[in-house]
Amino acid sequence: MAIDFLYPQYEVVRNYDRCISCRACERQCANEVHFYDPEFQKMMVDESKCVNCHRCVSLCPTRALKIVKTDHTFKENANWTGKAISEVYRQAGSGGVLLSSMGNPEPYPIYWDKMLINASQVTNPSIDPLREPMETKTFLGKKPGRIERDADGRLVPNLAPQLELNVPVMFSAMSYGSISYNAHESLARAACELGTYYNTGEGGLHQDFYQYGPHTIVQVASGRFGVHKDYLEAGAAIEIKMGQGAKPGIGGHLPGHKVGPDISKTRMIPEGTDAISPAPHHDIYSIEDLRQLVFSLKEATEYKKPVMVKIAAVHNVAAIASGVARSGADVICIDGYRGGTGAAPTRIRDNVGIPIELALASVDQRLRDEGIRDQVSVVVGGSIRNSADLLKAIALGADACYIATSALLALGCHLCRSCQAGKCNWGIATQRPELVKRLNPDIGYKRLVNLVTAWDHELKEMMGGMGINSIEALRGNRLMLRGLGLNEKELQILGIKHAGE
Amino acid sequence: MTTIQADLTYYRQVNEAVRAVSDSEITVENVLGQRYLGCGSSGKKITIHGTPGNGLGQYLNGSTIEVFGNAQEAVGDTMNDGDIIIHGSVGDACGYGMRGGRIFIEGDCGYRGGIHMKAYQDHFPAVIIGGTAGSFLGEYQAGGLILVLGAGADGAYPVSNFCGTGMHGGKIVLKCDEAPAGLPRQVLVNEASPADLAAIAPYIDDFCRFFGGDAAALKAGRYFVLSPNPEAGYQQLYTYES
Repeated sequence: MAIDFLYPQYEVVRNYDRCISCRACERQCANEVHFYDPEFQKMMVDESKCVNCHRCVSLCPTRALKIVKTDHTFKENANWTGKAISEVYRQAGSGGVLLSSMGNPEPYPIYWDKMLINASQVTNPSIDPLREPMETKTFLGKKPGRIERDADGRLVPNLAPQLELNVPVMFSAMSYGSISYNAHESLARAACELGTYYNTGEGGLHQDFYQYGPHTIVQVASGRFGVHKDYLEAGAAIEIKMGQGAKPGIGGHLPGHKVGPDISKTRMIPEGTDAISPAPHHDIYSIEDLRQLVFSLKEATEYKKPVMVKIAAVHNVAAIASGVARSGADVICIDGYRGGTGAAPTRIRDNVGIPIELALASVDQRLRDEGIRDQVSVVVGGSIRNSADLLKAIALGADACYIATSALLALGCHLCRSCQAGKCNWGIATQRPELVKRLNPDIGYKRLVNLVTAWDHELKEMMGGMGINSIEALRGNRLMLRGLGLNEKELQILGIKHAGE
Repeated sequence: MTTIQADLTYYRQVNEAVRAVSDSEITVENVLGQRYLGCGSSGKKITIHGTPGNGLGQYLNGSTIEVFGNAQEAVGDTMNDGDIIIHGSVGDACGYGMRGGRIFIEGDCGYRGGIHMKAYQDHFPAVIIGGTAGSFLGEYQAGGLILVLGAGADGAYPVSNFCGTGMHGGKIVLKCDEAPAGLPRQVLVNEASPADLAAIAPYIDDFCRFFGGDAAALKAGRYFVLSPNPEAGYQQLYTYES
């Protein structure tokens, strides 16, 4: 008879010479790993519950704790790895779909790390951003193809509504429900201070956050949670969610036990009921149907707001983006396969979709080839880890980037990938009040501002080094990139030369 | 009351004209497929003669829209509040993601009616269909009421295939002679109780008020209630990466 025992992946190592049995670790761990044994008068652990989130480690006053990967092992096998074996055991025991959180962690190539940035030498001198103006402000929206004048020769204002970004970075969609009230407040306040935008995700907009509306992108997904007239009016832009990089082709499911009083009000659904977003919008079966939804939103908001359409980076992304551009959308948002999630079927997260670098390059090229690049702005996410990724994305053709995992890291996330459990010890991916209060939005929003401000400085430094003083001159400037260790096909798709060429 | 002639004017201009009217009562005549009429509006009584285009009353927020004619796709899509009364039939995806308000359809309803309808607090959406409905009626229904009165079905099951797949809240009430068979496993079928009949009575009264007909005669006969099967939900579907 098979026995479903899996040795814990992580071991909690406690230095008893340092441990003073203050029980801080016990209080901090919502997973109930630590406990005090009165008989032995010392702290004990059940490491099988540990998710390796480092909350206890970070708050241990005597630095008595560390978490290590276990050296317990199956017989070495390059094909049947311990992970592969464990997953079979888990599914044989439960019959369940493997579920996991955050972005694809598998060792696929990271193209950002195979592209290098140019700098000026001798000619075309570099620019010092400390002494010369450097423009990282950008505008998202349809750009008019021509100047129109009336019969008297006066300019006819024909500019479609635009989003003004002081920095080419926005916080991407994370719903209230998948993340906490305090996490949302941090993102909203940071977006205001930075002069950029955060995105409500598909969970509606909490009444308290309507005040941040001018820096809010409100999302409309297949479940239409919390979507009503005031919500559409509240945001600076409206995003239609067609897909998500972490789970292309898959919908969302917020289980009923996470739908408490506050979430219920925000999503406008009864407490305790499942919030299911079907994979497709059942009113969208074609580009024409998408166009219908785009224009219904424009009608509902009297053509005052840009409408964005978010799609996952999948195999035919360039053709899809071309369709989206023709649907009347003002901005296309493309989410790469490393984008995060609060919960996704593991097999889909790890095997469906394509890298954002390749998707971006092919979409930008396709829209240029078809002469419709100016009809839409392109925003990419999943995963932008630092300012170098950001710069490379812009050089490949992005107008701006979406960040979410980086933003959560700034708020304290340790990427333990256990969001679906709802027991986030850092107060981010949880709705438990005692955990949520651990994230102080007064500090959280400043950390987000710090992060994006630092990236903006670095972006300016790198741009200056290239002798470029505005985002416009960097956008789509693929000559500023060179590939390293890429084959001919990869270079062709990315539209860049190899280093040394 | 203000009257607008739609004729061959593009929908954007027609909607601008409708929005610009300060009267609470507006009549739009000779409508020829103009989209999004009454979209997102509140506090208006909009009467439409002709055939409104897709997205009639989408995001409707309290207005009453009465159509003398048939309507096309996505009537009352993501509607929050108000009444839409159609003296005719409607196309596909009627009442999609609807949260509140009522849609009365004298005739038939196309495919994908009432998908993902949901109720919330005092919002209780209802779609009342006088005739029959196409496939996928009430898929993913999370709340509210879909009532199919089955005119023209001669007592047969008045919906095509896959009614209520993924249903997890709300009710679908069907008027037919025998209990429908072969429904998805997420759906439980029961003969309407006196309480169920009492709950649908006001909708039938209003239906007859709008379209004529004998309410007492409509209320007679057998009704069946489709509700979510708690045994067939989404629980226990998952195992977790540790």
